[in-house]
Amino acid sequence: MLARWETLLVLALIGLVALGASLSPFFLTAGNFSNLIAALMEVAIMAMPMTLIIVAGEIDLSVESMAGLSSAILGFLWAAGVPLTIGIPVVLVVGALGGLLNGLIVARGGLPSLVVTLGTLALFRGMALIVLGPRGVSDFPTAFTQLGFGHVPGTLIPWPFVIFISLALVLGIVLHRTWVGRQVFAIGKNAETARFSGVRVTRVRISLFVLSGMVASLAGVILTSRLSSARADAGSGMTLTVATVVLLGGVNIFGGSGTIPGVALAVLCVAVMQNALRLASVTVEVQSIALGLLLILSVVIPTFAHQARSAVDRVRGGRHPPADPVARGEAAPS
Amino acid sequence: MAEPAVAAGLGAARPRGSWVSAFARQRELSLVAIMVVLGALVSIAAPQFLTFSNITAVAVLASIYAIASVGEALVVITRNIDLSVEATIGVVAYCVASVLERHVFDAPAAIALGIGIGLVLGMANGVIVTLLRVPSIVATLGTLSIFRGLDYVIAGSHQVPLAGLPPGFTDPARTNLFGVLPVFVLVALGVVVLGTIILRSTRFGRQVYAVGSNPEAAAILGIPARLVEFAAFSVCGLLAGVAGVMWVMFFGTINGTAGTGIVLSIVAAVVVGGVSTLGGSGTIAGAALGALFLGFTANALPLVGLSQFWLQAIYGLVILVAVSVDAIILRRLQRATAERRAR
Amino acid sequence: MTMLPTAAPSTSPEPDGTTAVPPRIQLRGISKRFAATQALADVSLDLLQGEVHGLVGENGAGKSTLVKILAGVHQPDGGTIRLDGEETQIHGPAHSRSLGIAVVHQEPRLFPDLTVAENVFIGHAPTGRFGSIDWGGTRSRAEGLFRELGVQVDVGAPVRGLSMADQQLIEIAKSLSLEARVLILDEPTASLSAHEVDRLFTIVRRLRDRGVSILFVSHRLDEVFALCDRATVFRDGRHVVTMATGALTTADLVRHMVGRTVSLFPKVETPIGDVLLEVSGLARVGEFREVGFTVRAGEIVGFAGLVGAGRTEVARVLFGIDQRDGGEVRLHGQPVRFASPSAAMHAGIAYLPEDRHQEGLVGDFTIAQNVTLPILPRLFPRLLMRASAERRVAHEFTHQLNVRMTGVDQLVGALSGGNQQKVVLAKWLASRPRILILDEPTRGIDIGAKVEVHRIISELAASGLGIILISSDLPEVLAMSDRILVFHEGRITAEISHDQATQERVMFAATGNLAGDDPSPVPGVPSHEAGGPVDG
Repeated sequence: MLARWETLLVLALIGLVALGASLSPFFLTAGNFSNLIAALMEVAIMAMPMTLIIVAGEIDLSVESMAGLSSAILGFLWAAGVPLTIGIPVVLVVGALGGLLNGLIVARGGLPSLVVTLGTLALFRGMALIVLGPRGVSDFPTAFTQLGFGHVPGTLIPWPFVIFISLALVLGIVLHRTWVGRQVFAIGKNAETARFSGVRVTRVRISLFVLSGMVASLAGVILTSRLSSARADAGSGMTLTVATVVLLGGVNIFGGSGTIPGVALAVLCVAVMQNALRLASVTVEVQSIALGLLLILSVVIPTFAHQARSAVDRVRGGRHPPADPVARGEAAPS
Repeated sequence: MAEPAVAAGLGAARPRGSWVSAFARQRELSLVAIMVVLGALVSIAAPQFLTFSNITAVAVLASIYAIASVGEALVVITRNIDLSVEATIGVVAYCVASVLERHVFDAPAAIALGIGIGLVLGMANGVIVTLLRVPSIVATLGTLSIFRGLDYVIAGSHQVPLAGLPPGFTDPARTNLFGVLPVFVLVALGVVVLGTIILRSTRFGRQVYAVGSNPEAAAILGIPARLVEFAAFSVCGLLAGVAGVMWVMFFGTINGTAGTGIVLSIVAAVVVGGVSTLGGSGTIAGAALGALFLGFTANALPLVGLSQFWLQAIYGLVILVAVSVDAIILRRLQRATAERRAR
Repeated sequence: MTMLPTAAPSTSPEPDGTTAVPPRIQLRGISKRFAATQALADVSLDLLQGEVHGLVGENGAGKSTLVKILAGVHQPDGGTIRLDGEETQIHGPAHSRSLGIAVVHQEPRLFPDLTVAENVFIGHAPTGRFGSIDWGGTRSRAEGLFRELGVQVDVGAPVRGLSMADQQLIEIAKSLSLEARVLILDEPTASLSAHEVDRLFTIVRRLRDRGVSILFVSHRLDEVFALCDRATVFRDGRHVVTMATGALTTADLVRHMVGRTVSLFPKVETPIGDVLLEVSGLARVGEFREVGFTVRAGEIVGFAGLVGAGRTEVARVLFGIDQRDGGEVRLHGQPVRFASPSAAMHAGIAYLPEDRHQEGLVGDFTIAQNVTLPILPRLFPRLLMRASAERRVAHEFTHQLNVRMTGVDQLVGALSGGNQQKVVLAKWLASRPRILILDEPTRGIDIGAKVEVHRIISELAASGLGIILISSDLPEVLAMSDRILVFHEGRITAEISHDQATQERVMFAATGNLAGDDPSPVPGVPSHEAGGPVDG
């Protein structure tokens, strides 16, 4: 099922690349590739911990504001003469603390993460505005802006892409190859069984939100670097794209299933699509229609595919176990 | 409170919780009380806060939010959420302004068109959620993006100036009936009163609560849950349409970005107004009061020397406090029940 | 499997109400099968007008299946239902309601956010002009209904926060408002206090006197005697006997209920070792108090009692799911308190939960993934999982328990109930516990798998584990346990050793009768009634 979804994404990616190539000869150049990737990297980076959070059955809507808060604090500190070698770690700690706040309210307070992170979505953005106000800070040193702008020496690979790939590798291994990841899946599929099996559900949930907050602030740093400007409204509206990418990557909104490779593929699909649309001179704003449609379709298609398949199975005399638990009693051997 | 029951004295077992929970259970009253207290405090620092002109100015803008919040509350009571309302308001506002500017329709027809567009967009949400079975959070996050995109497609970079609207069109936003009651406030009151009657006293109204409160029990009773949810989304869209028309009257100058970001305030108003995001409880009057509360907060900030930049942070805190209070009350109630059993 | 109703006198006419008035409900030859389980086999039953009819039997006797058929949830495979003499089919819950059948469940299905009055009238509220709901009328009619029931309730208050007992009253008021002819009370007293039970009984008698027919499903025999005019016993999906309660003694009823012989794996006698677990004065508000016992190595301690008597609640505290309010727990002589299941696990306690699907298994994990879930940190101290090691452990333990599967990579949801339960057992054995708490380990699994589970439990005890066996299956507890602790309303009311335990003795203690008394001298009038009726 998951493998099939990823295959579908690969096919979509090939199709989109072909479409892009037919739209503009410029599309298949390395320079363009570099551009299309760079534009989406903050979203891609935030999508990684978001994948884990949604797999665990929660959601974090506050990431875009945390990126903004991170950018604002970084700018504020820099403007106040604090070197970036101190500013960046401070910002990452703030991100972790913000995530901790989300995690504590959700996991210890037992409140729905949807509302809690909607609250912190406003709270963090408000804090960003309080810290920096309407101004922008833009006199960052070249060494810093290189992080967002620049490429790995000798190649056209942007640095943020390197960060994204590293994060995807690490979290991919954590989610799919370590027992921590197994516990995340168990919590998303059946939190009660997980708890009864000795999984420290509260601790895992809090850790995920801390990770999400920290990575969101890292994305804020990268965004600041790429735009060479720290602003309180940095990252506005990004949560939508992050969520879209994650769900498009085949992660179930109700938790319990999803893969990092799937989400990484979805990142590429969205990046290529946006780039192709841009080359076709479709404005950024209008692209949001495509994004919204993708989001809805990414839920509708698997649902109906599943229904169609079980309908086929039923017609064939169904090997699915009956839904009624009482009916699962095994055949008496006597 | 009831007296002890004849048979065994347990029939009257209402938890006589502390004043805190009693207070919080009446969310509408407590909001009014908080507003009065805060208003008094603010007016000490800034006497101009409690002037008639200031209060009506706040109430007129808050009316637009209140009407949108009423629709949102309806959806939230059915255990769903609609994040696309702000885009609906934006689309409606631009379309209304645009047809007026181009003299396609006269004012009444343009207003009807706006409300109709809202209804259609709401029905689209309803179809996606109930028929295509997309969870409302995902569906409306998607339609938020789609509707906003549509708004940009239609508007492009064009802006309808105040002068483009027919003379007098924006008057309702500035008119007080009998010199005291702003027309907008009257409209909002009308929506709240009508909505309250429908929710309280019609079969449909009670089904809205039943579906949100206990979907399984509702199914056993044969309540058509999906139809009820569809209706809630449709009405939410319709009210967003009304709010969109009022938006044009209030602001006069409209481009493709109208309403951007206000969904947060609308959801905040609903949550602050005591509508549970777990569905089944809360009133639309509460949601409307929540909008009024947030409106006064926004207005009071500069008066007490805080910049507008504090607004977002305060909204965020208010949301967190409101949901936490709800959770604490619920937990107390459950503990009280457990302890009563133990006796 | 089609047998004649063996000892069923139900088809024979009853002394009263034979010819003139047909029974309110007349069931003839009702059968219902779920896959391999014959839940009801050729059952007949008459519910007369204006009688309170007790329906008793052990877990799995078929009581709830019958209730569900009458409530329209299940359709019978065969047999006829007559309502007031007229043959009827009950198509669904709504149809059942419209036929005048009302069911009050142990846990009522109400709308917590709506008011009491609304819950009573949901779906059929009095309407005024313009079809709007007449709130005044609704409230006053709800108040009237509760007045008829002899209780006063604040009908304007929301249901959330009301006790189970009050919620049941709302269901009863609802049945009154629908003018139900038949009221089915399905284990209504399981979570009620003694006072609440008295109040309920007073109301039920009033309804009976108004001509309502009441089917009272319970396995609390004292209550059946206190309330019912006649009683029917089911056993293993069959009708055993229907008699007037006046002609029955508790001992008779118990004999009819438990007169079942099951071929069980014989318990292996095991030398009992040192004390592993000592519990004293354990209490949790609203659930249990003064619970004290010990478990030794190699010993199987049975927890018998009715559902809701506090057995599972004690287990949850021992496993760190809930926290105790008083008392002490010692493990290997050391006082312990577990803040979480993982802490209890590390101390060597394992708990096989009551609800296999909600708490025991992750349905769409593979067998291997389920088995290793509790031991992942220990199995893979370096974080990275190795599929080979995981499959080896899973294979070892599932093989030991003889799980029938295509392989450890099979999804656990695709297994039969018995094999699923063995996977849960394997999962806990893999954690190598010293103390194993088994909560209803054979519920909902067929007899073959049951015998195997019994064999496994015996072998585990022989290997030196201390085992607590919570079971509502009397023959099982009797056969498996070295000692049986009987719980009643949150306390241990009897401790009976293996060789002294009989089904009657345990059942007596579990229904609140004096511990250890021989059942025969117990008078026909049970203690409950002797305490004096509370209705004025």
